[in-house]
Amino acid sequence: MDKYTPLADFVGLGIPEDIANTTGRIPLGEPEEIPELSDVNCPEELRVRIETVMDRYPDKDVKDSLHKSASIPALWAVQRHYGWCTPDGIRQAAAVMRVTPGYLESVASFYDLLRLKPAGTSQVLVCTNISCWMRGGDELLDAFCDASGVDRGEAGHGGGLSPEGDIMVSGFECLGACDLAPMASVNERYFGPLEEADAKTVIDQLREGGEVLPEKSLAARPLPGGEEAPENAKTSGLKGPNQ
Amino acid sequence: MSPETGTTGIVETRVLLRHASDLDLHKIDTYRSYGGYATQEKAYREHEIDWMVDQLEESGLRGRGGAGFPMGKKVSFLPHGDEAKYLCCNADESEPGAFKDRELMQRNPHQLIEGIAISSLAGDIGHAFIFIRGEYDKQADILDEAVAEAYAAGYLGKNILGSGHDLELIVHRGAGAYICGEETALLDALEGKRGNPRLKPPFPAVQGLYGGPTLINNVETLSNVPHVIANGADWFKSLGTEQSPGTKVVSISGCVKRPGNYEVELGLNLLDIIMDLGGGPLEGHQIKAVYPGGSSSPVLAADDLDRPYSFESMAEAGSMLGSGSIIVADDSVSIPHMALRTARFYHHESCGKCTPCREGTNWTVKMLERVVVGEATPMDLDIISSVQKNIIGHCLCVLGDSMAMPVSAMVNKFREEFEEVIASAAISGFPTDDGREAQIDGEEPGPGGTGPKVIERQRLAGREVPAAAQGGHDAQAAQELSEH
Repeated sequence: MDKYTPLADFVGLGIPEDIANTTGRIPLGEPEEIPELSDVNCPEELRVRIETVMDRYPDKDVKDSLHKSASIPALWAVQRHYGWCTPDGIRQAAAVMRVTPGYLESVASFYDLLRLKPAGTSQVLVCTNISCWMRGGDELLDAFCDASGVDRGEAGHGGGLSPEGDIMVSGFECLGACDLAPMASVNERYFGPLEEADAKTVIDQLREGGEVLPEKSLAARPLPGGEEAPENAKTSGLKGPNQ
Repeated sequence: MSPETGTTGIVETRVLLRHASDLDLHKIDTYRSYGGYATQEKAYREHEIDWMVDQLEESGLRGRGGAGFPMGKKVSFLPHGDEAKYLCCNADESEPGAFKDRELMQRNPHQLIEGIAISSLAGDIGHAFIFIRGEYDKQADILDEAVAEAYAAGYLGKNILGSGHDLELIVHRGAGAYICGEETALLDALEGKRGNPRLKPPFPAVQGLYGGPTLINNVETLSNVPHVIANGADWFKSLGTEQSPGTKVVSISGCVKRPGNYEVELGLNLLDIIMDLGGGPLEGHQIKAVYPGGSSSPVLAADDLDRPYSFESMAEAGSMLGSGSIIVADDSVSIPHMALRTARFYHHESCGKCTPCREGTNWTVKMLERVVVGEATPMDLDIISSVQKNIIGHCLCVLGDSMAMPVSAMVNKFREEFEEVIASAAISGFPTDDGREAQIDGEEPGPGGTGPKVIERQRLAGREVPAAAQGGHDAQAAQELSEH
């Protein structure tokens, strides 16, 4: 740092205080290094999981490949282990994958489901996209915020945490369940169509540790067109699957 | 059946969804009891690669993910060398309105795996991936189990069924990004990067995943493959229309009584599909507008729905079949608000790589926000339209176009409603987001959302000013100003 004139010398001389203008940019330091596995204290379980997934991708055999296919699964593993992509978790994954933590962070910041801040023990994603919005998705998000104490403004902009820190509620883009509109994804399972009163029930069930709305689960939903395939001359004599 | 349609009611033609109500269909034994994997066994035993590619090409099976590109052509584009080739099943279904792949994977995952195995044999492909969106956690779990069953039964892995062909299949979970449904962004995500689209050409069939030739197809397309190979191209062509053969799983949602997935022959009447299968609009309401192919398709007005539901007919109507997702808006839905909701989605999902899309989606959202809070003038509608024109065709991928097409269709077809919203929001005292009074060039707003200067600008540009804007106390001033 010796080669740079300290900022204090300029103050009082009427010279602009912007360091970049007066002394040039201070280098950020050496390029980021790949952390050593021995320095990051990576939990055994996490390391094994990431190594297993790295081993499955064929890019390990591809010449000139970046060998990074396991980035997203590795970040998922970190998130499953810590509840969100913690800076330490990212360093650990980076050490296992032999990439820089900055690289993994750049990937994590691109994807909505990889969380870079604490997200509680339960996550509620409420769809507010076109079909759900038409059927009351915004009001459903309001109801979830009321029931959980999450700030509505935060919920509408990337998700907010309840005052207790246990539940995250977030408005979300289309979750691919417009037939359930308005719907929500609670701990990665789909429920709908929900009424505003269901929000309180869901939050209570999450806090009591009970099963969430079994009767409104996507898994319990039949095909809308009925059980039996209608008789049809063009499909009756079919070979192959589903004959 | 609804009295308005005057038809006798239409029925589903279930091929892909046949037996889908059997809740055990996702297990390999149940799937096999319905004849599953018999086609793969035959294909791997007989090894008639050229015949299979011919059948796929001749069947005219078009991609079901949105673009409608013939699947057989894609297979035939793959080079015949010894290099490593890849297959990616695009299960990153993120288009608002689309939820058919979720149904197909949840109910019948083995049909997809069989389709992938047969396509891999036809394309001499050794590594396959199912790129499933991260939100579909349940469906990914089902696929994981099904893939493990298929490995155990010898339908995947080394030397499958003694044919000498190897195939490794990996279920890869995305992490929440609409753009990864774009094929080259999907490849980047699969290579472990941020999901940014690539410049084409080279197309993935030549240079795709890890630089190797790559076949990318949608879940529904690949699920069709076992049926085409088992029953032949002629049978497939007997379904649907000449240019859109086969069946299509359509996802109906929005303001209808029975939203859900229905499998129909292509070419049925769109209005009948909405009225008979979807149950028609909700009680006491009427259809106002319909997205015929997901949120990226230009909307059709209610009087424009009486036409066949096929790739070619939707293109004729100035829209597209896309992913086959029909979103119905009824008369309770405000079109400007719907346009804003649509634009916000694409703004959120734009990856930011290309300027027209990154900036265009941003400004479209800002302008539409001005419209719905009453700070816009009718001139802004023309600016919105021109922004959309400058997005279309100017980016690496079609995400920006996907916003531009429906938004410009809404502004063009429902312009009066936009003008009404502008005028009425303005008359009622400029209700803005934060309650402030809007000003234009520091001038107090007149009724109708416009002060004299704005009205003057409108007149100079030769545009009609809505009646509501002219009737206020500033009309006199505006008149005086325009006379100078």
